[in-house]
Amino acid sequence: MPPPEPRTLFDKLWDANLVEPERADAPAILYVGLHLVHEVTSPQAFAELNQRDLRVRRPDRTYATLDHSTPTLPPAASGARTYVTAAAAAQVDQLRANCERHGVRLADWDSHDRGVVHVMAPELGLTQPGMVVVCGDSHTATHGAFGALAFGIGTSEVAHVLATQCLLQRKPKQMRVTVDGRLGPGVSAKDLTLAVVNRIGFGGGSGHVIEYAGDAIRVLGMEGRMTLCNMSIEAGARAGMIAPDETTFAYLRGRRHAPEDFEAAVAKWRAFVTDDGARFDSEIQIDAATISPMATFGTTPDASIAIGAPTPSARDDSERQALHYMGFAAGAPTTDHAIDVVFVGSCTNGRLTDLRDAAAVLRGRRVKEGVRMLVVPGSESVKQQAEAEGLDRVFIDAGAEWRLPGCSMCIAMNGDFVGAGQLAVSTSNRNFEGRQGKGARTILASPATAAASAVTGKLTDPRAFLEAAHA
Amino acid sequence: MPEQFTRLTSRTLVLPQANIDTDQIIPARFLTTTTRDGLGSAAFYDWRYGPDGALVPDAQLNTIDPAEHRILVAGDNFACGSSREHAPWALLDYGFRVIVSTGIADIFASNALKNGLVPVIVDADTHARLLADPGGRVTVDVECCELIAGNEPPVKFVIDPFARRCLLDGVDTLGWLVDRLPAIDSFEARTA
Ligand code: SF4
Repeated sequence: MPPPEPRTLFDKLWDANLVEPERADAPAILYVGLHLVHEVTSPQAFAELNQRDLRVRRPDRTYATLDHSTPTLPPAASGARTYVTAAAAAQVDQLRANCERHGVRLADWDSHDRGVVHVMAPELGLTQPGMVVVCGDSHTATHGAFGALAFGIGTSEVAHVLATQCLLQRKPKQMRVTVDGRLGPGVSAKDLTLAVVNRIGFGGGSGHVIEYAGDAIRVLGMEGRMTLCNMSIEAGARAGMIAPDETTFAYLRGRRHAPEDFEAAVAKWRAFVTDDGARFDSEIQIDAATISPMATFGTTPDASIAIGAPTPSARDDSERQALHYMGFAAGAPTTDHAIDVVFVGSCTNGRLTDLRDAAAVLRGRRVKEGVRMLVVPGSESVKQQAEAEGLDRVFIDAGAEWRLPGCSMCIAMNGDFVGAGQLAVSTSNRNFEGRQGKGARTILASPATAAASAVTGKLTDPRAFLEAAHA
Repeated sequence: MPEQFTRLTSRTLVLPQANIDTDQIIPARFLTTTTRDGLGSAAFYDWRYGPDGALVPDAQLNTIDPAEHRILVAGDNFACGSSREHAPWALLDYGFRVIVSTGIADIFASNALKNGLVPVIVDADTHARLLADPGGRVTVDVECCELIAGNEPPVKFVIDPFARRCLLDGVDTLGWLVDRLPAIDSFEARTA
């Protein structure tokens, strides 16, 4: 018998979850191991089921949370939540009613599990290697950090999964991004992520799934891996993934929804790695040692440079428009512009390690007069752990606002937003025109950079602060 | 269920910028709806209305009759970003039935097809010709997979055979998948 064809991690994930293979005239049917649901992209899907008198097929594989449009301020004295509009409140009520009707678990306001969907699910041990994980949200790629095939879907597909636990899919192309070497001191997973998106280009990963490999990936903790996989969509790829290893297993061990026979599960999960000699449609190599703290200067997430480097000149009308919108001049660094708002949070950088990074810079310092800094933990669990460590005090003492968990200024649909014309340094993932509020101008950066920028009032490389702290 | 689509001839609307993301197509603050209807009024809202909420009279999208311009020719990497299906819902409700570009984001294209909005990828030369002729008459034929602009010879485009069948016959994909439940049952039995 000839030796079996070497397969990639993706090939193995695909094969393991294949209900029916694709044919010329029909896509493959893929089985979904975990379906995450939130209030914004699910109401029309539940309505579709209800109209057809269909039930949620696997409530045990479905988990819902409130995150996108929920207020991050505490309730009023009456106990009422301060929703931005009646429509936002109605959307949350609708999700609650849908979950009740279909027996779907919901991390509601009173739940300690509630959080941004991509922060909460891994914490609960719901996300596991070998699974297909989907959600009506493009940053579902985050869960690929566990060696899962995880991608965002539209609302019609949310209905498909609710009703059948399956999706119709064509096999994508595959790209491998190998990052060797070590990140320098004070250079974070977010800097690596921005460098990777810059290298692939916005849309450069279109039609592909990405596997991240190499020494620099292996030494990342799960939080850093999630930050990297999270922004795969910013390179146009639907999914990003990292083969599971001891770091993955150690993270999952003891989590509430981890498998009961954990060792047996680990034995199975170890198979989810790319075989030697497996082929990718494209390969990219990056040397981690060349990466400095990064920040975006344009209105697409790939438009990033090392902090302090001169702003590149525009190559076309879109880039000219981006510089004009941002108010930046080609040839000059973006570090002399006054910052109005700093946002630390989101599914990219709203985890405990991110808050620790920001707090390490802020400890004993103050947010500059005139700068508004908002720190929004990614989940209730992150919030509790941060408070147990006293990070909330560091932020509050520095003059920042410490909020309840949610998406907040990342998508600016809950009442937290950056004002028109204001310049923000944000740890989120999108710097599109108006993403953080109409007319808002966004610089994407790491939590440490965000904190350093809050202190100086200008975009700032955080390494000087960290060296001072260590000296 | 998606509207059927066989062939359409219409004027184009040209938005040449690259990377028009779904936050431009429909800003997040309009996503607090629980239905699919009426989102056309929010399509490209921040391009059509000023900060004070007043209509920007010379914004291109405010100067056309949407019923006359049902083919949107957009810059590369159209509809990147968020997976919100509100984007195709808003475009359809505004009046578009076809999007033409050199690149259309994966999730958007998949969402669009499920709603009867046809994503058409063309080569750079065809794209350049279409960009240079805003308001020109173009025919998009899903039966033959052809785009015809003016007197130029037809340009072939690729559309997934299953998606094409869904457009031509108005196939209900959820119903199709529900019919596959026996195979799904046996997968679950096999892997349990
Ligand atoms: S934090 Fe931002 S990117 Fe993440 S799920 Fe929420 S809105 Fe989406």
